[in-house]
Amino acid sequence: MAKIKIAIKLFVTLAPYLPENADNYEVEEGTTVETLIKNLKIPSDAVKLIFVNGRKQDETCVLKPGDRLGLFPPVGGG
Amino acid sequence: MSIGPERYDRNFDTMTRAQQAKLASSRVAVLGLGGLGGGVGEMLARTGVGHLTLIDGDLFEASNLNRQLFCTEDLLGTSKALAAEKRIRAVNSTVQVTAKAQYAGSANLYDMIKESHLVVDCLDSIHARFMLQEAAQKAQIPLVAGAIAGVTGQVTVIFPEDKGYELIYGKKEHLPAKGIESRTGNISYCALLVASIQASESIKVLLGRGEILRNKLLIMELWSNSFEVMDLV
Repeated sequence: MAKIKIAIKLFVTLAPYLPENADNYEVEEGTTVETLIKNLKIPSDAVKLIFVNGRKQDETCVLKPGDRLGLFPPVGGG
Repeated sequence: MSIGPERYDRNFDTMTRAQQAKLASSRVAVLGLGGLGGGVGEMLARTGVGHLTLIDGDLFEASNLNRQLFCTEDLLGTSKALAAEKRIRAVNSTVQVTAKAQYAGSANLYDMIKESHLVVDCLDSIHARFMLQEAAQKAQIPLVAGAIAGVTGQVTVIFPEDKGYELIYGKKEHLPAKGIESRTGNISYCALLVASIQASESIKVLLGRGEILRNKLLIMELWSNSFEVMDLV
C-alpha cells in the first residue's frame, strides 16, 4: 500500500498523543480519520471536532496527501 | 459632573455617528458574568451599547480572582450580577443596566432575553449553552458564543436558523456536562482575549458590518500562537 504524508495538530488535552514528525506524518493511502485516531491511541470520545484543511469533517473522512488535520476536545468554559 | 458626547470621542471615525447612535439604542443580554462575561459586559458598556441585561446566579469565590474582572477581594461571597451592575453604572451611567441574579434554566431563559437584539453566551456549561441557543432561536435573535479552556478559546456566531452548537459539540443527547476546562482551568488573558472577540462580533452583528463568524469557528491556542478560522459547514 502506498504511503502519503499529512500534517497533524492536536489541541489541549489531545496534545500528549501527538506523534513524532507530526508536520510530515506518514500514513497509508486510504486511511480515514477514525483509523488514524485509533492508531494514535487517542480515546475516540476525547475528540469533539475534526478539521481537515480548515473545514469540519467527520471521522469517515479519507485523508489525502498534504492534508492538514486538526483534532479538538470539547471546550466549554466561560 | 456631567459627561457630554466626548465620552465616545475615541470611537470616531472607526464608528460613524449613525453607528454610535445605533449602538445606544441596542439591547444586549450577557449570560454568565465570569471570565468571559465580565470582559464582554465592560467592553460593550464602554463602546456604547445602550441597554445591557446581565445575568448570573453565582456568587464570587476566591478561585474567580485569577480572571474575572468584576471580582475583587472585598466582593467574595456576593452576587456577580449585582457587582456587574455596579461596575457598569460606574463606567457608563448612560447605559440602562438590568441585573438578574438568577441561574439560567429552560423555564426562565426565554423571558430573560426576549427583549434583547442579541445575546452573548459566556456560560460555563455545555448543557446550558444548548438551552440558551434554543431560547435565542425562539426569540429570533443572534447569539455570540465564546468558550475557553486553559489558553485555548473559540468564538462563533449563531443565527436563529443555524445548526449552531450541534456543529461544535455534537448532538445534545450525548454531551459531557463540562468540557476539558474542568482539567485545564481558565487563564485570565485567554478569557479576556475571547471576551474581546465576542464583544467585537457583537458590535459587528448589531451594526451589520464586517465579516461575521457565522458557521465558522475561530479557534486560538496561545502556547503555539495558533489563530485559525474553521468552516463549520
